Amino acid sequence: MQPLTRVEGRAIPLGLKNVDTDIIIPAKWLKTISREGLGAGAFEVLRAEPGNVFDNPAYQGAPILIAGDNYGCGSSREHAAWAMLDLGIRVVIAPSFSDIHSGNAVKNGILPVVLPQDAVDRLLEVAREGLEITVDLEAQTVTTPYQDRFAFEIDPFRKHCLLNGLDEVGLTMARGEAIGGFEAQRTAAQPWLMRGTAAA
Amino acid sequence: MASRPRTLYEKIWDAHVVETRDDGTALIYIDRHLVHEVTSPQAFEALKVAGRPVRRPELTLAVPDHNLPTTARVDASGKPVPIADPESAAQLAALEVNAPAFGIRYIPATAKEQGIVHVVGPEQGFSLPGTTIVCGDSHTACHGGLGALAFGIGTSEVEHVLATQTLLLQQSKPMEVRVEGDLGPGVSAKDLILHIIGTIGAAGGSGYVIEYRGKVFEAMTLEERLTVCNMSIEAGARAGLIAPDDTTFAYLKGRPMAPKGAEWDAAVAYWRTLHTDDGATFAKSVTINAADVEPSVTWGTSPEDVVPIGGRVPHPGDFADESKRVAAQKSLDYMGLTPGTPMTQVPIENVFIGSCTNSRIEDLRAAAAVLKGRHKADNVRWAIVVPGSGLVKAMAEDEGLDKVFTDAGFEWREPGCSACLGMNPDKVPPGERCASTSNRNFVGRQGPGARTHLVSPAMAAAAAVAGRLADVRELV
Repeated sequence: MQPLTRVEGRAIPLGLKNVDTDIIIPAKWLKTISREGLGAGAFEVLRAEPGNVFDNPAYQGAPILIAGDNYGCGSSREHAAWAMLDLGIRVVIAPSFSDIHSGNAVKNGILPVVLPQDAVDRLLEVAREGLEITVDLEAQTVTTPYQDRFAFEIDPFRKHCLLNGLDEVGLTMARGEAIGGFEAQRTAAQPWLMRGTAAA
Repeated sequence: MASRPRTLYEKIWDAHVVETRDDGTALIYIDRHLVHEVTSPQAFEALKVAGRPVRRPELTLAVPDHNLPTTARVDASGKPVPIADPESAAQLAALEVNAPAFGIRYIPATAKEQGIVHVVGPEQGFSLPGTTIVCGDSHTACHGGLGALAFGIGTSEVEHVLATQTLLLQQSKPMEVRVEGDLGPGVSAKDLILHIIGTIGAAGGSGYVIEYRGKVFEAMTLEERLTVCNMSIEAGARAGLIAPDDTTFAYLKGRPMAPKGAEWDAAVAYWRTLHTDDGATFAKSVTINAADVEPSVTWGTSPEDVVPIGGRVPHPGDFADESKRVAAQKSLDYMGLTPGTPMTQVPIENVFIGSCTNSRIEDLRAAAAVLKGRHKADNVRWAIVVPGSGLVKAMAEDEGLDKVFTDAGFEWREPGCSACLGMNPDKVPPGERCASTSNRNFVGRQGPGARTHLVSPAMAAAAAVAGRLADVRELV
């Protein structure tokens, strides 16, 4: 995955609350066996509405999306993160995110920024003016040309992975010995736990 | 560690920590992994590209469900019927090839054990109390009804589990939803969970794992507990839990993949320790009075948009929060509803009984009890029952439930996710309404432009008979 340190650019002022992953990418797009090309179906239902923010020339290619509470709720489909990435979105700012979707986002190099509703409202205003917003992951800040400065919190491990573009699978495979030790203990103490499908 | 009182969630978590990083992220061992065709192909592909094997193939079980048409799987001569949609066919074929190639047990579409992953896991005894269970599907929360820590994951995590049998996780906060008193007659587990989501909101459980507590849950059957935990995700929680007890053990005993003999006894002894200790604290606690719960129905496009069946379509102005007012207006426009309309005056053209929320034998019995000797209304164009698995289907047929449904004008289908998610041929047409026992009423969820009203199986049956949303208590 591509490292993310600092993103500067215009932001799509969506603002909508409870944007679910069916909205981000409808189920008919999930039949693919690849991660590519899902931007074509991204936010399809919203984009069918005339005057929608996604097709507004002012926000074309904007790398930041600003949404309402509970962004990415619903299905665990990682296709939602792939679709956003395909649209060029690298940062989503919202008052809250679904747990699963924010994890999926990070694993694809997309930064979920949690800010209070009043900060999100202010950033929506700035975004609607077509001005650029700066998200600095190292400093954990979001700033605007008006000198607004909002600090955000992020889990240190997620920050580390995003800054360095790390592959978690590779990191964990390096811990194979610790995992093996845990499995050996379980096999001795609670063998039924390790049988799985082999029990039948 | 043993001295501090712990919640059920904390006990299961602690038992699965392989190691903890300095930054607080824990490497958590995963006991059971369910795989279906939609969220796995990219994970298998990544393993192939990197030359990584599956660490513990026997801890993963693969079943196709999302894409499968629910029409006959074999023709008159017993040959498998090809899948018409080429993309669905390719995705299903990928799982059929990937699972055995990586040594994973695969249940084919034509097997009687096939079904929705969240029905199959408990039914086979693959899902067990106290285990960590994951699947690339948010409704994995379902298995929490067995007292397992079960949650949905993305495809990158599917790959992570296949390669390492672990996940890197931050611990969630424990939340209690306590229900006091007893549910009234005609009020089901589905009504209760809809009421809970309506009360705490679609983000009310965000960052938490919910434990459902109170005698209502103790009195529930295992199937009802699965229904409640299934929709924890609709309340924003990663997982939901109900402490395992004799009901759980009786359900699991003798299931094909459950422990046997002395191991069974040892397992039960361990499972009996899996409850929240006296004095343990929850980060958040919500109390619901069971007497307040009525047969429930959704009016909007978020699962938090719940009203009692005796209620009316709300006015956007009823909501204090500006963003909710905007969302409510959008929902009403999409749903084609006028504020103030009694919910029982909302006509219904489609009825769907199925999904991982409500497709187990008890759900079918509850719906059949309402439909027996009755017929769907003429304005109900399409009514289908989709059993959660081939085993549920066979059981229902043994009890003659299929006949009750077909006599009532319902179609009796093959198991799968069906009209829950608009991925297979079972879809609700644009602009039409569906009384649905599924879990999501999102825009376009049951097909582009489809309008979903979430209800219990008995309420779906009542809507079919009345041709409109209806209070099942007036029919039984």
